[in-house]
Amino acid sequence: MRIPESILQIDRRIIFLLIGAAVCIPLLLKPRFQDSPTPIVQSIFDTVERLPAGSRVFLSFDYGPDTAPELDPMAKALVRHAMTRDHEVSFFTLFPEGVGQIKKITDNLLPVEFPEKTYGRDFVNLGYKAGLGGAINTMVVNFRTLVNADAEGTPLDNLPITADVDEMVDYAIILSLTAGDPGLKEWIQFAGDIAGIPVMGGGTAVVAPELYPYYPQQLIGLMGGLKGASEYESALVDRYPAYRNATMEATMRMGPQVVTHVLIVLLVLLGNLAYFLGRSSRSSQAGRAGRAGRAGQADQADRRH
Amino acid sequence: MRRRIPLIITFIIGVVLVTGYFVTRGPFNTLYESFSDYFAIITVFAFILGGGSLLKIHLKRVSNRSTDWPYSLVTLAGFAITLVIGLFKVGNPAGMGGEILAGGSWLRFVFDGVYNPLSATMFSLLAFFVASASYRAFRARTKEATILLSAAMVILLGRTPVGAWLTAWMPESLGFLELPNLANWIMAWPNTAGQRAIMIGIALGVIATSLRIILGIERNYLGRGE
Repeated sequence: MRIPESILQIDRRIIFLLIGAAVCIPLLLKPRFQDSPTPIVQSIFDTVERLPAGSRVFLSFDYGPDTAPELDPMAKALVRHAMTRDHEVSFFTLFPEGVGQIKKITDNLLPVEFPEKTYGRDFVNLGYKAGLGGAINTMVVNFRTLVNADAEGTPLDNLPITADVDEMVDYAIILSLTAGDPGLKEWIQFAGDIAGIPVMGGGTAVVAPELYPYYPQQLIGLMGGLKGASEYESALVDRYPAYRNATMEATMRMGPQVVTHVLIVLLVLLGNLAYFLGRSSRSSQAGRAGRAGRAGQADQADRRH
Repeated sequence: MRRRIPLIITFIIGVVLVTGYFVTRGPFNTLYESFSDYFAIITVFAFILGGGSLLKIHLKRVSNRSTDWPYSLVTLAGFAITLVIGLFKVGNPAGMGGEILAGGSWLRFVFDGVYNPLSATMFSLLAFFVASASYRAFRARTKEATILLSAAMVILLGRTPVGAWLTAWMPESLGFLELPNLANWIMAWPNTAGQRAIMIGIALGVIATSLRIILGIERNYLGRGE
């Protein structure tokens, strides 16, 4: 077997091993790649930063555990920022699995990093509502019809944070972390455009390209994939140096992402190199075979004559 | 009659919802709000339909001993266990009145200990298959494929700090050629243009199909036969 062909027919298990190593080694060595926020991410940060303290922020966790490695760091960075600015955060989800993602924040992050913040006064879990984009429409048309209690069944009127919330427009901004449909696109179409509430948020690297057409008119800002989350974290650390020692998940996870991206680029380049080398050697072989064939036919014709 | 009544209902609701969107006063607006509430209620029943459909398909596969029927058995067991411990809030410290995913509840254990790692694992496998597939199939065979390949390379490197590092040596006047800037340009311009074209096309298609349904021209949703 020629070298280009053997490269092309490399066992896929070797590629799997390389990818495994590209993910695991940086996780163990923990290299830090400092990012700087791009304008599309900075605009989210600036909006949250400029809101007066005590503003109502609606944060929708429209994702499940499968995309959590990309979107959880965004959620944590946004919650840290909102809590540092003393905003009142309402957690919500359009994904049934999103309830678990909210619990990670309310049970693990908030009691540890913001013990002074209390449930019902500084933050609330409004839970999951079925209906996809239609649920957003119902909330905009008549908020209390769909959301009349928190996830534990406590009426909104009994919670200081939501007692005065009668309509969706009572929220200063809507943030959505999205893994697909429903997500940011639906929040823009059914809430942002109709009720005029500023919408922004983050999406997985797969979803983000679909959301670019809405930026900057209908979508204030967008965090795309782990890179977007890492940029937001760097903006947070720049503004609030106290977070320098906090665990910034996206910044940490950029190591495996960087190495994996570089490995995939190298693999694609190698594959193309082998393909073109193999193609040129095949065409030169075919050329030689063609010339030899024509010479043989000429010899036979001479002998016949 | 079995077809005419659904057609009339569709026509009335369609016209009311479209008009209610633009006319924000009077009976149309009231009806628009009421229909939005009905929608929220009706969608909840979709879960019963979904659960019933899942049971029907997998019970049939198990009873017929179809290919890979043991997987269906696992699906059914998982469905039944999760449903029971979720509905009856088994192990919930606050009992039936407690939050669905309260700490210490069995459902929380299933979510954190089973569903969470399984979902993450399935999604993580993508990285391995994407790498293998790109190595084997991502070839610059044609002009279009070469453009796609080049854009992918720029995005892959430009979305990491390595991209910035690789092109940091460039003079300021050529800053637009730095990989992160190129990646941002691809996302902001060619990607946005393409996405907008697709979105406008889809929107026009949705409007046309909706009109056909409202006017009773498109009747496939009613099913076959009279």
